[in-house]
Amino acid sequence: MEREGSIRIPAGCAIAGIISREGKRFSGDAIRRSMSMMHERSNGLGGGFAGYGIYPEYKDAYALHVFYDNIEAREACEKYLDSRFDIVNLSKIPVKKIRAITGEPLIWRYFVHPLPTRLADSQLDENEFTRRCVFRVNTSIEGAYVFSSGKNMGVFKAVGYPEDVAEFYQIGDYEGCCWTAHGRYPTNTPGWWGGAHPFSLLDMTVVHNGEISSYDANRRFIEMYGYTCTLKTDTEVITYILDYLVRKIGLDFTEASNVIAAPFWSTIASKDEREKQRLTYLRNMFASLLITGPFSILVGFNGGLMMLNDRLKLRSMVMGEKDDFVYFASEEAAIRAVEPAVENLYAPRGGEAVIVLTKGGASHAD
Amino acid sequence: MPIDFLYPKFEVVRNPQRCIACRVCERQCANEVHRFDPALNLMESDESKCVDCHRCVSLCPTRALKIVETDHAFRKNANWSGEIISEIYLQAKSGGVLLSSMGNPAGHPIYWDKLLINASQVTNPSIDPLREPIETKTFLGKKTHDIKRDKNGHLVTETSPQLEISMPVMFSAMSYGSISYNAHECLARAAAELGIYYNTGEGGLHEDFYRYGAHTIVQVASGRFGVHKDYLEAGAAIEIKMGQGAKPGIGGHLPGGKIVGDIAKTRMIPEGSDAISPAPHHDIYSIEDLRQLVYSLKEATGYRKPVIVKIAAVHNVAAIASGIARSGADIIAIDGFRGGTGAAPTRIRDHVGIPIELALASVDDRLREEGIRQDVSLVAGGSVRSSADIVKAIALGADAVYVATAPLLALGCHLCATCFTGKCNWGIATQEPELVKRLNPEIGFLRLVNLLTAWKHEISEMMGGMGINSIEALKGNRLMLRGVGLNEKELQILGVRHAGE
Repeated sequence: MEREGSIRIPAGCAIAGIISREGKRFSGDAIRRSMSMMHERSNGLGGGFAGYGIYPEYKDAYALHVFYDNIEAREACEKYLDSRFDIVNLSKIPVKKIRAITGEPLIWRYFVHPLPTRLADSQLDENEFTRRCVFRVNTSIEGAYVFSSGKNMGVFKAVGYPEDVAEFYQIGDYEGCCWTAHGRYPTNTPGWWGGAHPFSLLDMTVVHNGEISSYDANRRFIEMYGYTCTLKTDTEVITYILDYLVRKIGLDFTEASNVIAAPFWSTIASKDEREKQRLTYLRNMFASLLITGPFSILVGFNGGLMMLNDRLKLRSMVMGEKDDFVYFASEEAAIRAVEPAVENLYAPRGGEAVIVLTKGGASHAD
Repeated sequence: MPIDFLYPKFEVVRNPQRCIACRVCERQCANEVHRFDPALNLMESDESKCVDCHRCVSLCPTRALKIVETDHAFRKNANWSGEIISEIYLQAKSGGVLLSSMGNPAGHPIYWDKLLINASQVTNPSIDPLREPIETKTFLGKKTHDIKRDKNGHLVTETSPQLEISMPVMFSAMSYGSISYNAHECLARAAAELGIYYNTGEGGLHEDFYRYGAHTIVQVASGRFGVHKDYLEAGAAIEIKMGQGAKPGIGGHLPGGKIVGDIAKTRMIPEGSDAISPAPHHDIYSIEDLRQLVYSLKEATGYRKPVIVKIAAVHNVAAIASGIARSGADIIAIDGFRGGTGAAPTRIRDHVGIPIELALASVDDRLREEGIRQDVSLVAGGSVRSSADIVKAIALGADAVYVATAPLLALGCHLCATCFTGKCNWGIATQEPELVKRLNPEIGFLRLVNLLTAWKHEISEMMGGMGINSIEALKGNRLMLRGVGLNEKELQILGVRHAGE
């Protein structure tokens, strides 16, 4: 059977997110409990978490999380990283052996700064420099796969149910100001760790429930701009689209949502002249980045979280609040599992982006 | 000479029990096939003049007529077909080039028919167009690689000129002269009604039709017939015709017999003179010259109108398109080797150029590889026959398609492929007033609207089945296609997997 990346595999899923508006850090245990309530929405073939603000001691360094199939891959990758970055810390990511999670690759973590000379030579900013290095590893070093590459954040994922993945990585030991999580229900069973979610690029992470029908239109467009889709999953292409629109083009997240879940033309026609022009411009100029078919996504970034549904709302997603916290999940039960007294429950409409910023956060790239 | 005798291709079969000798067939046939014999009180036929256009059959009130292909045949020979033998007799007699009309009828592969469309099952819901909106509207023109903001941080929403179309279909170029005034009126009115565009072709724009200018693409071809400032200003876009799928590499020739009255006036040439379009534009001998014409036309119209460059699909089409995309064109139209024509040398029509499906796929790929796909829209034509062909073209990478033969069929054309005689019994490819008036614009325009409305329903159904509710999400979405009966190389060029993969 072909491995993920050589074929496209549809999947159904469960997703959840919790964010502190004040930017207070809290244990990953809450998100584990939320996900565990939605056990039935996964089938044990992939689960994962993204935590923001979890590495305050290295907050200015890129935290690279890497899967290796074997020692040779690690040696090749470290040699490459060494030539591009100043590695300030490296270690295995601590895991707990449990019966439910088997066949794990070597899992390493590096805190790195781009080498100033290399960076200057490249004539790129450090984000683009790092992005290209990550792509280089993932496309050309056999058996090595960087699955997390942002600053002061990290992705933890595996083949297994989400609650087992949480135990495996001991997610409860990390404290972050924002968490997202994913449980996977793929319709095919290659069971590759890299194929689990969240999918990430730099500090942006995406967890996604759905199967987009625009996939190949989106993929063929985004590949023009140096994003090589190696996994052939929806989540991968959505992440690259958002990176392109927000970091490269300079749209804010609301504008990006107007591109990927653009209002219908009939809705645009009902807006005032200025808004009509704005929405028409975004929809027309970035037409190939419109995403159709069912999706609900949570997009994490340093500074906040965005929730978005496809424009027909073909996937469930609810949100609620309690004090400083905002909760998101595929099912209300998953929110109540963490906060039984949740208030202001709301199911955002199709195409309606909900953006929650932590104190001092901004919804656009600087 | 006896050698030159060719047995008529068609036989007129008249059922004497049904024929009432009403002489409708006689009056309707501009080729003078039918004749009444008063002595015998019988209708007779000279089938040697019959072109199989079905005008008489369609109007016979008692259904007494049918046209059949003759079973008279040369001795069977897989190499020397009857057609080839006949053509040799014709050329030995005349010393002339063989002429044909409409698109290449030869048996080359039709890739549309070897591509199949996807649909959703279980993991992804299909969308019911009766209950949810399916959007077929799109814009043609340059897109952007970056954004600008004003000092308040608002997006600057000015763009390069764009053509808005309600569905990804436009009427392709057919000149006034090659087709009739009434046919043009049908196309212009239907385009306006449908929210799409029709194309003047190279014969200028009749002054009566300036009012449809907002839905008109005005063409500038190598003969520059009818091109002047008001003409350029009248249209919504300007098309530079570099080539035509039916006759790549050669020009055009409208005989003086057709250059009468308004046609001469519209083309700005004397009545009765042949309208000869040179093979190349004599101010374009290379790509840098094309750039100059593109910008001349933009300068002339204040950069308010997109410029389309139309080329025939030839072997090196991807590289040519890449050059055009870098020459300021907003839209590239590619015309495949099955595209229609009013008249073309038979050998050119049937042997020069490549299929549009392969040309489209390779151009779309090349522009993406070079990162310039956003700089131009792609329009594919020649020949697109149905809504399914349209869906496949969009999925291969076209922004829209051009159609011409299909709308002519909607107007009554029976594809007898003898337009060059100027005696079109259906009032389309003719300038004889008696024939032209057979095409009623009131009815014709409605039939065109009906055809495209039907196609729009079908496109919506197919899109909904795939779970796609906007045409933009279908564009270049090749995963929605699978090939059947194609070899590895064909699949690779088309960029699709084989069915079952």
